[in-house]
Amino acid sequence: MSVARAIETRDAALLPSRRDEDWRWTDLRGLIRAVPPASPVHDGGLPVGPFAGVEGDEIAIVNGRGPDLLTVAAGETRIAALRFYSGAQAGAHFSRMAITVGEGASLTLLETYETAAADYLVGAEIDISLGQGARLERIVIAADGAEGASTSMALVIMAPEARFAQTLLTHGARRQRLETRVDHPGAGAHARLDGVYLLSDKRHADLTTVVTHAGVGGDTDQLTKGVAADQARGVFQGRIVVSPGADKTDAKMGHHALILSDRAEIDAKPELEIWADDVSCSHGNTVGALDEEALFYARQRGIPEAEARAMLTGAFVGEVVDRIAHDGARAVAQAWVARKLGVAS
Amino acid sequence: MKTGSMLSIQNLSVSIDSNPILAGLSLTVPAGEVHAIMGPNGAGKSTLSYALAGKPGYTVTAGSATLDGEDLLALEPNERAARGVFLSFQYPIEIPGVPALTFLRTALNAQRKARGESEVSAPNFLKLVRAKAAELKMDFDMLKRPLNVGFSGGEKKRMEILQMAVLLPKLAILDETDSGLDIDALRIVAEGVNAMRGPERSMLVITHYQRLLDYIRPDRVHVLAGGRIVASGGPELAHELERAGYDQYSKVAA
Repeated sequence: MSVARAIETRDAALLPSRRDEDWRWTDLRGLIRAVPPASPVHDGGLPVGPFAGVEGDEIAIVNGRGPDLLTVAAGETRIAALRFYSGAQAGAHFSRMAITVGEGASLTLLETYETAAADYLVGAEIDISLGQGARLERIVIAADGAEGASTSMALVIMAPEARFAQTLLTHGARRQRLETRVDHPGAGAHARLDGVYLLSDKRHADLTTVVTHAGVGGDTDQLTKGVAADQARGVFQGRIVVSPGADKTDAKMGHHALILSDRAEIDAKPELEIWADDVSCSHGNTVGALDEEALFYARQRGIPEAEARAMLTGAFVGEVVDRIAHDGARAVAQAWVARKLGVAS
Repeated sequence: MKTGSMLSIQNLSVSIDSNPILAGLSLTVPAGEVHAIMGPNGAGKSTLSYALAGKPGYTVTAGSATLDGEDLLALEPNERAARGVFLSFQYPIEIPGVPALTFLRTALNAQRKARGESEVSAPNFLKLVRAKAAELKMDFDMLKRPLNVGFSGGEKKRMEILQMAVLLPKLAILDETDSGLDIDALRIVAEGVNAMRGPERSMLVITHYQRLLDYIRPDRVHVLAGGRIVASGGPELAHELERAGYDQYSKVAA
């Protein structure tokens, strides 16, 4: 069961299916009868990327081809736009990337999944290693197509005192999974894992995270908010494991979703596994409708219904977007949300 | 020449979940006048304000309500607002994530757009709001916070009057604006309301107690009981109610 192997061997039977507990709500096997042929070399350039306005180096992985290493040397500070572009109609590709942020170094990673194609099956795996005291802020805009299937897996290993923060922003795909696994050493390291999903039509997005605290005194702060309209489906799976000996771990997880249609669906599975003492772990999970009282209040003041809904929805997810530390990236994220909700920002 | 606004309600019946609350209510508020609606709890006072504002779930089963001759009941809530209907809520709603200033500017510009007027620029808007907030003795910095979130009861009511002062409605409906206010806050709110009295603005002041009407002097007082107006008179009627209570009308209505 592996997306990478299924693509490499063109064997659809290897795709994860709802029989795999971890993939029960994101059934790729049930969707894809045959793995599409390998994507050819992309012909031509790339469109302007979502983070084009933010100063930084650009690294493009096009149809699975491109650099596979990004290294930030100890003490260095960098901003990099990492663009995964799928330009092949009905193609399949998988790529791997290794990112190393050296001791005391700092990286702002502006990661995007972009496409001009449909009926594709793609995957990306990013192995991230953060040295002692290193900082990584990862902001992801997953702009997949409505008819694409896309998976992304980030495996993060943190050294003591490292800080890892991420914000995933997605509007989903035919099937889409954005997965993050963090090896947390405790030891003064801090992880923030945030997400925003804004889904409509028949789109699907799965935000899965696993954070494993292995040592004493680590923090994890997680906040995901999402909206599902029409026949869309949002999946949130969040697991925090506090291993034996990982005492004084401070972890909190929040997932809150708005469901805007009778035919939309939200599946959430927050899990805390605690095997240590003197820990502070909490989780909150809510799924509800837009506040009708607030909606009427806004309309009574003259704001048309569609605009009022967009304003209230934007405010709901705005709490997450506001946590992005990088000013330029936050502005891009705010504009992205506003555009998805159909309001002028 | 502009003739000013006039609210005309004829034989209005309103149900909530098929339960009749208003039963043939008739009321006319001429342009520039302030009318008070008093009545016992459960008489339908808030139902009247919500029905005029167009709250979903308030089903009009009979009758009409017009503003300047235009049928209000056929309009969406935001269209009514753009025509000049403003409801000061008994319990103002908290809107997390939307700064009060952003909310108010969005509302003002939405109304102006609906009326075919140009948007108010950010500097002009801020100047306007600063002046109105000062009149209501409100801390301007509070308006940068999410609307009504963490505001005290009195601050929420002042926020309602501030919105009214910025939106300049033709018909202001004040639903139990005095509830939750101490005497100082009541005076400030009443001064804010009085400052807006004018020949082109009508007001409907809904209250359970006579106290508010010492500060906002009505032209007429109506008693709402059993879903209808059962008595009307001058300001002296409010004092009489304060003395004699609503019992006599409850019996009439029953």
